[in-house]
Amino acid sequence: MVVSQLGDAEIDRIFHALSDATRRDIVTRVLRQEESISQLARRYDMSFAAVQKHVAVLAQAALVVKQRNGREQLVHGNPEALRTAARLLGEYERIWHHRVRNIQDILSEEDE
Amino acid sequence: MTVISSHQDTQALTLTIVAEYDAAADRVWRVWADPRKLERWWGPPTWPATFEQHDFTVGGRSSYFMTGPDGTKAHGWWRITAIDAPKRLEFDDGFADENGERNPDMPVIHCAVTFEPSGTGTRMTTVSSFDSLEELEKLIEMGMAEGMKLAEGQIDAILADD
Repeated sequence: MVVSQLGDAEIDRIFHALSDATRRDIVTRVLRQEESISQLARRYDMSFAAVQKHVAVLAQAALVVKQRNGREQLVHGNPEALRTAARLLGEYERIWHHRVRNIQDILSEEDE
Repeated sequence: MTVISSHQDTQALTLTIVAEYDAAADRVWRVWADPRKLERWWGPPTWPATFEQHDFTVGGRSSYFMTGPDGTKAHGWWRITAIDAPKRLEFDDGFADENGERNPDMPVIHCAVTFEPSGTGTRMTTVSSFDSLEELEKLIEMGMAEGMKLAEGQIDAILADD
């Protein structure tokens, strides 16, 4: 059994944050490179305020971190939260590797 | 030989597994269609599955339980949502209470399986998707997987690009 490293509320926030396509896109971008909110706002067909709200939701879920640099707000990704998703999918993946091997055994047995 | 490729999409919360079997598609299909074959491979190593019902038709329902090392039974159900033998199968897989009734608080996994000719055999692709990270976490907590393994998925690929 695996001990959960995140509380329910934390997981809820991550899921809610990633449920929106724009927010997923923002996360992918700022994981690669830090961007300011004004830079992000130019990429999407929505207002500065709307992008700011999306970033706030992501920051609450700890998926991104905001930093003030003079008049600009810089946003960069926090890979830890996404690592959690990767870890969980990795564990589910082990189940499938096991299943694939079992199916192979059944098919080989039938051949004998 | 069984060739496997796996792909995790950590943002869309899907897992894609590709396997190749040296057997015709209808034989690979039968490991899903025949409950006696299915229960020999569906459960995790220490949680073998027993299928009590397996209605392998669109809209059909299956019910099964998996028995843990201490005798604990974990009940589950399938609802078949698409079927095109021996090419494609889609179903939802969820948890049930001890009477086999669907437990609405527990995760549902959406599973799409395709079977394609490949050389002398069959390529089987399964795509599992989860509605939320919370559901995935619950599923893992239920003991569907044992041990800890830090999976290095696409996030590390993104980081390695830097």
